Amino acid sequence: MSGAVSSAAAASGGAASVIAASNPLYRSRRRVNFFLLAVSSLALAFGLFWLAWILGTLLYEGGNALARAALYYQMTPPPGGDGGLANAIAGSLIMVTVGTLVGTPVGILAGTYLAEFGRKGWLAGATRFLNDILLSAPSIVIGLFVYSVYVAKVGHFSAWAGSFALALLVVPVVVRTTDDMLRLVPNSLREAAMALGCPVWKMITFVTYRAARTGIVTGILLAVARISGETAPLLFTSLNNQFWSANMNAPMANLPVVIFQFAMSPYEDWHRLAWGGAALITLAVLVLNILARALFRKTN
Amino acid sequence: MHAATLNVPETASSATVISDPRGTHPRRSAPWMDTAFRWLTRFFALLVFSILAAILASLVMGSQPTLAKYGFSFIWSEHWNPVTEEFGALVPIFGTVVTSLIAMLIGVPVSFGIALFLTELSPPWLKRPLGTAIELLAAVPSIIYGMWGLFVFAPLFQSYIQPALIASLGGIPFFGALFAGPPLGIGMLTAGVILSIMVIPFITAVMRDVFELVPSLLKESAYGLGATTWEVVWRVVLPYTKVGVIGGIMLGLGRALGETMAVTFVIGNAHRLATSLMAPGNSIASALANEFTEAVGDLYFSALIELGLILFLITTIVLALSKLLLMQLARGEGAQT
Repeated sequence: MSGAVSSAAAASGGAASVIAASNPLYRSRRRVNFFLLAVSSLALAFGLFWLAWILGTLLYEGGNALARAALYYQMTPPPGGDGGLANAIAGSLIMVTVGTLVGTPVGILAGTYLAEFGRKGWLAGATRFLNDILLSAPSIVIGLFVYSVYVAKVGHFSAWAGSFALALLVVPVVVRTTDDMLRLVPNSLREAAMALGCPVWKMITFVTYRAARTGIVTGILLAVARISGETAPLLFTSLNNQFWSANMNAPMANLPVVIFQFAMSPYEDWHRLAWGGAALITLAVLVLNILARALFRKTN
Repeated sequence: MHAATLNVPETASSATVISDPRGTHPRRSAPWMDTAFRWLTRFFALLVFSILAAILASLVMGSQPTLAKYGFSFIWSEHWNPVTEEFGALVPIFGTVVTSLIAMLIGVPVSFGIALFLTELSPPWLKRPLGTAIELLAAVPSIIYGMWGLFVFAPLFQSYIQPALIASLGGIPFFGALFAGPPLGIGMLTAGVILSIMVIPFITAVMRDVFELVPSLLKESAYGLGATTWEVVWRVVLPYTKVGVIGGIMLGLGRALGETMAVTFVIGNAHRLATSLMAPGNSIASALANEFTEAVGDLYFSALIELGLILFLITTIVLALSKLLLMQLARGEGAQT
């Protein structure tokens, strides 16, 4: 670390060192430089410290719970009972899958318009702008939206509503990556296809999609990682279910909401299960993220 | 890839353009597919375009009862009593703003330091692993931050850091009021500190991106004049990327304002206006998360939805500003090259 600092400082000061050797002003500038660069390294250490602490806690608290097989095949228990998270895991898998299946095509097609047809007209620019806002919009507002347009109308919480809320979170991520990745495809590829007499739809689906495929898949993986841990939009939509349920029209258990309820409860054994669920989700999300990065890096 | 390009002439029945003997087909043989595809993508772009407007409309409609009853006074009334059906948004708005400001106070300098390290100091082989590690902070779900904050961070904060803060800063006149009161562990300060960890990866990512935009010619000129690394960053890189850096800070602020689960766990959920940062408070998002499914009565529901509307408006404005600033930097960059 200090090697990096001093070598950088030497690199910067190297040219001027002849003037600097006896110059008190330059020496004090070098001191300020060294001090602030050291502070900058401390900032990095500060960031890494929290990551290590959080992951360490999860492993420590959740490790035992993860190793218990009952976690994966027993239902969420009443307080004081023995149980697992099977219904919550299944519910999360179902809703994340449905949310991704609904959100991905919408995102890819909208992203295609932005990148391929958006040269003229106002729609592409405006959509790109609003989509970026949507990307960072508070997810709890998305939950509120789905509650008012769907749950309140139907009159009950349901897994469909949860999946729909998750799909709304998938869309902006996929739009953004599809747009970015398609715009990276060199125009010469498009021109080559067009010159051979290829219709535009075929040019896009057979040439540019293929060229941008890994990038688009990366975006989808990142979207899945994002919605896997989302709690706020599910609170008002799918709620929770203590029992096994595969009915999409009824409330469905899911890991984030179960973690929330169990962690906020006063019961020790519920806390243990919550830690297990937390470790499971974080593990899945981190693996997805690293997978997406590795995939993306391979092509670039 | 190449195979795809080469396959095109075999599968596309469009040789008519070249070898149409009678010249009756001036264009490709299947233009309706093109039109259909174009309109299909256009439809979905319009759909994405209208999501924000739809959210706004549904929130405005949902909050009609309170909008009609209180008008703008909803924003500065501090009463929140579901039993007597009196509602005001001041306490949650205050909590949201205070926690986000604490997050910015800690998060911005730290993110700047990290971005500086990663762009100017880090040896190339360390850049990627360190950068990825910081980005993983953004990947950790917010409920994990909340749970960790409640069970691990808050107790330590309560027994070590808060007593020290109260002892050292609590005695200062006026300013000390911010650090008055018993160390509870949970409260607005704890929420702000945890939020600051959560916004670091977002602000750092933008800062890194915009720092990379600085032409190396500028930096090398400064180094050539004998500037130190810090001087180059402070006097060349930062002025050049000022707009983008502010855009990144706004992005982080937008994230902090809307963060729900992490704050809900540690803020204490008390509908009280407190001067002390140690005191429990409430934020818009955590009020929603805690009370929405238990709300009874039209007015209560409507008050919560209006809270959501306020949150949506604030974050949308902040995020739009952030985006505009970043676009301005990108445009300036285009003009200079």
